[in-house]
Amino acid sequence: MKQFLTTFILLVLLGHAGFSFAETAVPVPPAANKGDTAWMIVATVLVILMVIPGLALFYGGMVRAKNMLSMLMQVFVIFSVMAILWAIYGYSIAFTEGNAFFGGFDKVFLKGITPDSLAATFSKAVYVPEYIYVAFQLTFAAITPALIVGAFAERVKFSAVLLFMFIWFTFSYLPMAHMVWYWTGPDAYTDAAAAEAATATAGFLFQKGALDFAGGTVVHINAGIAGLVGCLMIGKRIGYRKESLAPHSVTMTMIGASLLWVGWFGFNVGSNLEANGLATLVFVNTLLASAAATLAWVAAEWLLRGKPSMLGGASGAVAGLVAITPACGWAGPMGAIFLGLAAGAICFWSVTMLKSALGYDDSLDAFGVHGIGGIVGALGTGIVASPSLGGTGVWDYVANGVAEYNMLGQITSQAWGVGTCIIWSGAVSFIAYKIVDMTVGLRVSEEVERAGLDVSEHGETAYHI
Amino acid sequence: MKLITAVVKPFKLDDVREALSDIGVSGVTVTEVKGFGRQKGHTELYRGAEYVVDFLPKAKIEVAVADTMLEQAVEAITKAANTGKIGDGKIFVTDLEQVVRIRTGETGEEAL
Repeated sequence: MKQFLTTFILLVLLGHAGFSFAETAVPVPPAANKGDTAWMIVATVLVILMVIPGLALFYGGMVRAKNMLSMLMQVFVIFSVMAILWAIYGYSIAFTEGNAFFGGFDKVFLKGITPDSLAATFSKAVYVPEYIYVAFQLTFAAITPALIVGAFAERVKFSAVLLFMFIWFTFSYLPMAHMVWYWTGPDAYTDAAAAEAATATAGFLFQKGALDFAGGTVVHINAGIAGLVGCLMIGKRIGYRKESLAPHSVTMTMIGASLLWVGWFGFNVGSNLEANGLATLVFVNTLLASAAATLAWVAAEWLLRGKPSMLGGASGAVAGLVAITPACGWAGPMGAIFLGLAAGAICFWSVTMLKSALGYDDSLDAFGVHGIGGIVGALGTGIVASPSLGGTGVWDYVANGVAEYNMLGQITSQAWGVGTCIIWSGAVSFIAYKIVDMTVGLRVSEEVERAGLDVSEHGETAYHI
Repeated sequence: MKLITAVVKPFKLDDVREALSDIGVSGVTVTEVKGFGRQKGHTELYRGAEYVVDFLPKAKIEVAVADTMLEQAVEAITKAANTGKIGDGKIFVTDLEQVVRIRTGETGEEAL
């Protein structure tokens, strides 16, 4: 995904074409490939499945029964709010030309987009309809804020969640997406000078050469850091480390993790934008990394804690999916397994040891899995992308071939992405939480927290037994 | 009359009910309860957060019997609920002053 885009408005009517080009073959106007289009529609639906119900159930199962509906509801409504904001101004700010950090307002309210509008892919002269590109990117913009709620689950006002997400989406998600993914598309890369001119209009981190195939930085580090800042500023749940805050249904969490796993093929493979050979490599990488991370997490748990747990298995799968997300278009299958094993073990360490050492209450490990897993993936991309390690290397659109690979240089570029995201998201999150706290207030009262958010905030209970 | 209160392992409940039926006990009341005794609880581990589960689930059976039936009933429960492992439970016997059958108004052993 990353991208793009040129809108082709087809002004040439049949009669004119016949007249103008009577002496030569009639040129075929650029059009979307039907196979790619069909795949992108399916991929978009798969990403929706990740959020509702996948992420909602994954998180919901991990809270106590009295807060189940608050998790489901937060994810469900965040998804809906972000969808509308995306159409109003999100898409335009993320994916039109502006400066290196923010796009412009040319496409607010999806102005000017028609069924014939095209979005660039990663191949020259191959396009997908812009509407499905808008919808696909919408699902990314919707899942990212929803990931954050895991960090401060069970203690924040519903109104505060929505206000925070509105601010954070506008000032952290959109600029990060623009910085990492916005470019004019490959068609402009005809020679070195044209490539330089085209790259100069791209996002800040795109210009730095940071690779992020499906959103390791934009989605996972971005959300993970917002979660970490949140749980530090909001404070621990009442009874943290004193009372039982055990998950009420690991079964629900397993169902949610499985839906995330299935949906992630839409997320990663869809990010290729084309249903071609590279898409199948992305598919295999996604599959292998998540399986490897599941095994790594479970093995670490078994060795160090005595028992392999279902919650550990589900967490490992998600950690692997997070880590392969930035790398899935550049790693080889063995590189994906390596990255998955590393992510499973490191995320296990972060949620069991790092969290207790530092003492913050990241309720459902939004930072421990998405933040840490995202950083492992982003930096690891610089390693596994190397052709010498079975990766694909980076394509040179001017030479139309794989460029010479410089691992140290690439890891430096990746570090630019990671560092920028940590600082940007951290700063925006800090200010956004402060604003929310001063206006509607972040945290519910002790009484409400004891009673549970379901009955207090939403007026209903999840289970009637 | 005596009231027998037995706390047993939940999976032994059906065996106990059957044993009591066999000796002619015509009714029992069962409650799902939690508690602790000599059997230790267990720990649960969720992403590194350790929770000690002190209270284990048990089934509590209450049965009222005539004094003549007491020994037989206690023996039936003991036999049926026994696994020989720690955590099999306990039986408490208390005096029972009065019993009333609500439908007919019968009292005492008539009402059992």
